[in-house]
Amino acid sequence: MNIPAPAVVSVSGVSLRYGDTLALDDISLEIPANRMVGLIGPDGVGKSSLMSLLTGARKLQTGRIKTLGGDIGDFAHRQAVCPRIAYMPQGLGKNLYLTLSVFENVDFFGRLFGQQQTERRQRIAELLQSTGLAPFHDRPAGKLSGGMKQKLALCCALIHDPDLLVLDEPTTGVDPLSRAQFWALIAQLQSRRTGMSVLVSTAYMDEAECFDWLVAMDAGRVLAEGTAAELRAQTATDSLEAAFIRLLPEEKRLGHKAVVIPPRNVDSGIAEIAIEADGLTMRFDDFVAVDNVSLRIERGEIFGFLGSNGCGKSTTMKMLTGLLPPSAGKARLFGDILDANNMATRKRVGYMSQAFSLYAELSVRQNLELHARLFHLAEAEIAGRLAEMAQRFMLENALDSMPDALPLGMRQRLSLAVAVIHRPDLLILDEPTSGVDPVARDRFWELIVDLARNDRVTVFISTHFMNEAERCDRISLMHAGKVLASDTPAKLMEAGGYASLEQTFIAYLKQASDDEDQPMAEARIGFANADLKPTAPVRHQAAQIDSRFSLLRLFSISRREALELLRDPVRAAISLFGTLFLMLTFGYGITMDVENLRFAVLDRDQTTLSNNYALDLGGSRYFIAQPPITDYKQLDYRMRSGELSLALEIPANFARDLQRGERVKIGAWIDGAMPTRAENILGYVQAMHQTWLLEQARRHASTPISTSLMSIETRFRYNPDVKSLPAMVPSVIPLLLMMIPAMLSALSVVREKELGSILNLYVTPVSKLEFLVGKQLPYIAMGMINFFLLCAMVVWVFGVSHKGEFLFLTLAALLYVIFATGFGMLVSVFTGSQIAAIFITFLFSFIPTIRFAGMIDPVSSLEGGARLVGTIFPGSYFMTICRGTFSKALGFAELSQYLLPLALASLLMVGLSIALLEKQAR
Amino acid sequence: MDTLLNIFYLGIKEIRSLGRDTLMLFIIGFMFSAQIYVIANGMPQSLNKAPIAIVDEDQSPLSTRIINAFYPPHFLVPDIIDQYATDPGMDSGLYTFVLDIPPNFQRDLLAGQNPTLQLNIDATRIAQAFIGNNYVQTIVNGEVSTFVQGHRTLVTLPVELEVRALFNPNLNSVWFGAVIELVNSITALSIVLTGAALIREREHGTIEHLLVMPLNPFEIMLAKVWSMAVIVILVATASIIFVVEGWLEVPLQGSLLLFVTSMSLYLFATTSLGILLGTVARTMPQLGLLLLIILLPLEMLSGGLTPRESMPEFVQNIMLAAPTTHFVSLVQAILYRGADFSIVWPQFLALLGIGGIFFFLALTRFRKTIGSMV
Repeated sequence: MNIPAPAVVSVSGVSLRYGDTLALDDISLEIPANRMVGLIGPDGVGKSSLMSLLTGARKLQTGRIKTLGGDIGDFAHRQAVCPRIAYMPQGLGKNLYLTLSVFENVDFFGRLFGQQQTERRQRIAELLQSTGLAPFHDRPAGKLSGGMKQKLALCCALIHDPDLLVLDEPTTGVDPLSRAQFWALIAQLQSRRTGMSVLVSTAYMDEAECFDWLVAMDAGRVLAEGTAAELRAQTATDSLEAAFIRLLPEEKRLGHKAVVIPPRNVDSGIAEIAIEADGLTMRFDDFVAVDNVSLRIERGEIFGFLGSNGCGKSTTMKMLTGLLPPSAGKARLFGDILDANNMATRKRVGYMSQAFSLYAELSVRQNLELHARLFHLAEAEIAGRLAEMAQRFMLENALDSMPDALPLGMRQRLSLAVAVIHRPDLLILDEPTSGVDPVARDRFWELIVDLARNDRVTVFISTHFMNEAERCDRISLMHAGKVLASDTPAKLMEAGGYASLEQTFIAYLKQASDDEDQPMAEARIGFANADLKPTAPVRHQAAQIDSRFSLLRLFSISRREALELLRDPVRAAISLFGTLFLMLTFGYGITMDVENLRFAVLDRDQTTLSNNYALDLGGSRYFIAQPPITDYKQLDYRMRSGELSLALEIPANFARDLQRGERVKIGAWIDGAMPTRAENILGYVQAMHQTWLLEQARRHASTPISTSLMSIETRFRYNPDVKSLPAMVPSVIPLLLMMIPAMLSALSVVREKELGSILNLYVTPVSKLEFLVGKQLPYIAMGMINFFLLCAMVVWVFGVSHKGEFLFLTLAALLYVIFATGFGMLVSVFTGSQIAAIFITFLFSFIPTIRFAGMIDPVSSLEGGARLVGTIFPGSYFMTICRGTFSKALGFAELSQYLLPLALASLLMVGLSIALLEKQAR
Repeated sequence: MDTLLNIFYLGIKEIRSLGRDTLMLFIIGFMFSAQIYVIANGMPQSLNKAPIAIVDEDQSPLSTRIINAFYPPHFLVPDIIDQYATDPGMDSGLYTFVLDIPPNFQRDLLAGQNPTLQLNIDATRIAQAFIGNNYVQTIVNGEVSTFVQGHRTLVTLPVELEVRALFNPNLNSVWFGAVIELVNSITALSIVLTGAALIREREHGTIEHLLVMPLNPFEIMLAKVWSMAVIVILVATASIIFVVEGWLEVPLQGSLLLFVTSMSLYLFATTSLGILLGTVARTMPQLGLLLLIILLPLEMLSGGLTPRESMPEFVQNIMLAAPTTHFVSLVQAILYRGADFSIVWPQFLALLGIGGIFFFLALTRFRKTIGSMV
């Protein structure tokens, strides 16, 4: 095991922990340059972690890694070499932007690497041509097939002509033909650019056979290194898969034996048909997912379904389980037509889906119990059945664990146990073994074989693995919604004359592609004959990437963010109509007016005078008279029901006693349920009472008398009618301009964290400033559009005129929107999930603005912490400006002093978010 | 029977799932205790520390007396300012009230010349403006009357207005705030819990599991509805006993049983709404944004925060279709006014009807979309 060439990456003593899990355990490794090096091993052994460390996307914890001749832990070196590295993360199209078109995606990466338009266009054209994506130039990345997504991701990675290409499981979930094409493409690239080193990880051992150098990994450690031949020789096995199992530590291999499939003893006579599908078709809108599929599966048969992601396998299986009603065609289960509403047939079917889809919040036992109960197993039987399942599927020690704490292989067994707990006759397994290590996979197969052969359960299974497919009694090859061929594996190979099932499948796929519509066929051919033009001439240019501030990069981020925002229906709708809708709500909702109060009178006097008192009240715009009250009981009832807000009682002999000059009391009951409203009613009634008294005094006095000592002349300024709406509506603008733009910008960074495209920040030359400001710009623009819309609404819908300097208000709004979006960015930088970002932004934008910014009570009326928040919160200043220009006819001269706090706050937000953003994953 | 058992077991599963979600449990606890406490205490008091300034051109014992009559908590200690400072002070929002006492005010008053004080009010601060005006009038009148007592006699009619505030004699805003916040928490939580329960199944892929089992959408949906409703009923009842009555010391009037019954009807509608939103949103963030757009209008326009009768008629009519409107009026009638069933049955009927319609709509949509969720 000598290391052939100089190392492109050398790893020494690297460990990595995520919380309690040790992902990498003291790894030391030299990766030879100028070759295709494969990291092999199942999911979760540390391949991805190692790759993200050596590209600098993740922060090193312990150990050292030298990549391309320098320490990757060193910021300056990272900056210098990042244009020479391309990193394609795991997951189909993980670093792509799914709403952007093929061209827009590649173009975005080109811009990030500072390429000028002509150069970019030329490179993109070449790359799309050579990968066969040219005909899909304008198709959104989200609508590409898995294989095409991976090709697109490769184009994006290759746009800047890297020296080190790192591909993390690029072919997982891709059909064999696309896989073959993908590797051919990489091989061509490498032959053209001899200086390029390629590092690939994969879980498919058969694929790894053709790599130049292999590193086998398990549980965060390196098991072995060398060429495929060396590994096989070392373990004395004939396949890499077997070699890998040999390399595993003893305790993992314990009890492993090669899977043996006993022959099926077909009963004499006519075989019972478990599934019969006739012309099954599934259309989603104009897209045909499954096209006229017919199948017959006998009882006790293991039937395999092969095909790429998105070829219609899962959809077909869902139709067979009754999950999806077919658009056309029929399916029969044990002779009965499959009907989604027929509960009896469902009890005969067990289903296990691709991803682990049991309740992670329930323990293993609770999961089993729940399913047993939902399938209506007799209560007395459940305990026994549970124990039986636990024993058969080797779950005895895990019964009280939570599923997430179990290793993947065990979780798959749990899924299987759950699927068969009700003793189904038919078991439908949708890619049950993807991501599981070879040993666990074989163990899983033993269980399946046992079920099929001994319990005569019909097994319908889909897989990517060819060696698994070979174990099936019969298989169907599926592509683009059609079944290409269906027979026993041996007969299929024989018919095509190929040595392996993989080659057979590829042959069928090629044939199918030729029959497809023109562009697709062209794409395939174009790919096959692709002559990758040497990209060397422009190379030196790419290497000289300006690491300082670049407007081009900043605008490319802005452009992409804006496109994404506009293409997401929910976010786009909220960004444009959210504020308007909420403005209507708040405009009408936050009303301080107290009007149309219902009152009634209990008039025990029934004289002209007492009538006059009641009439006086009813004549006011604030009160609406209701039928009179007859007695106390009724008064109580009508107050309790909320019908009356005010009840008056005029005592008997009111007029007479008054005439005599005796003191009389009028009783008033106010509904105190809403204190503010009650307070207002109190004010009205007292004022009205005074007026009435004056009136009466004036009328009845023989000589003019002085009824008061002095008078107070009240001037309600800025809003002479003291109406709530004109006063409140302008103050809603600061609330909404804070809430919506902050909320949407808060989603921007954290969204990329959740979707994975944040990686592009880590591995491209874009700086934190360019990234954040670039992202913020579209939201600022959106905020300003919202501002103008809101102002228009205030003026034309609510009829509140703007009296002051609008230009000044616009300037203040701009600063305020920068603050609001900056605040959103800040939240986005330190939160981990979108839902947390929404929650935090709401909490810190809505509450301060509505409570502490002077919307209802002025800041000076607040106390303690509320006062402090009100004083430092920029919303308070913008609130003053808004009210000032709208209602008080003010402008720059009077209000300019409030601009400074706004400007400072926005600078602070932007500065803080840049400081807190990390350019590496932790 | 099978159906009932299915609904029961699935509901138990929902409750168990929620039990493991520590963040959600924390949010529930927070919403029904600290949040209610804080918001109830933070409810704007009718008139609290209103900023006032006085232009004293008289400089007499009476004017000093008037100045001294303004003090916290209703007003801040007045600033004594120059006449020229009035406009800038009001423009910049420094003062809500500026009272101008003219030169020779005391002399003219005693001479019976009926002098005039000028009171400037910033009417953009609508909450303080109107009530504050009454307070200022009352305070100044009182001071002036006391001052001139004995100097002159005043002729008035001997009619007294005796005002009593029912249900909340001191017009304590904490009482009001606590119950309204409780209603808001009930609304928000019931929608969030059911919406999230559905989205969680969808995000984890467990929904397709449910669909291949002998279960129908009706059972799946009803299980979520009952389990989440039970959680909310338990927490809200505990909150009303321990937080609202216990901690905040709000004396509640009506029957707790009647309140819980009305809440159950309301939850029928809101949990259905949660399911409906869960079928519209594809991911949690989308649900979050939708909630924002739905919850705020429900809370603001239902008559909980501000009186319904002050809203434009078309808004009032639209909001009649919202369950919150009826629930708020129920809660206010039961808890504040001690209303019994004979009074509130129309709202019960309305809630039942709206809940039924919401449930039906949600079920129809759930049936239609459940296939595409897998």
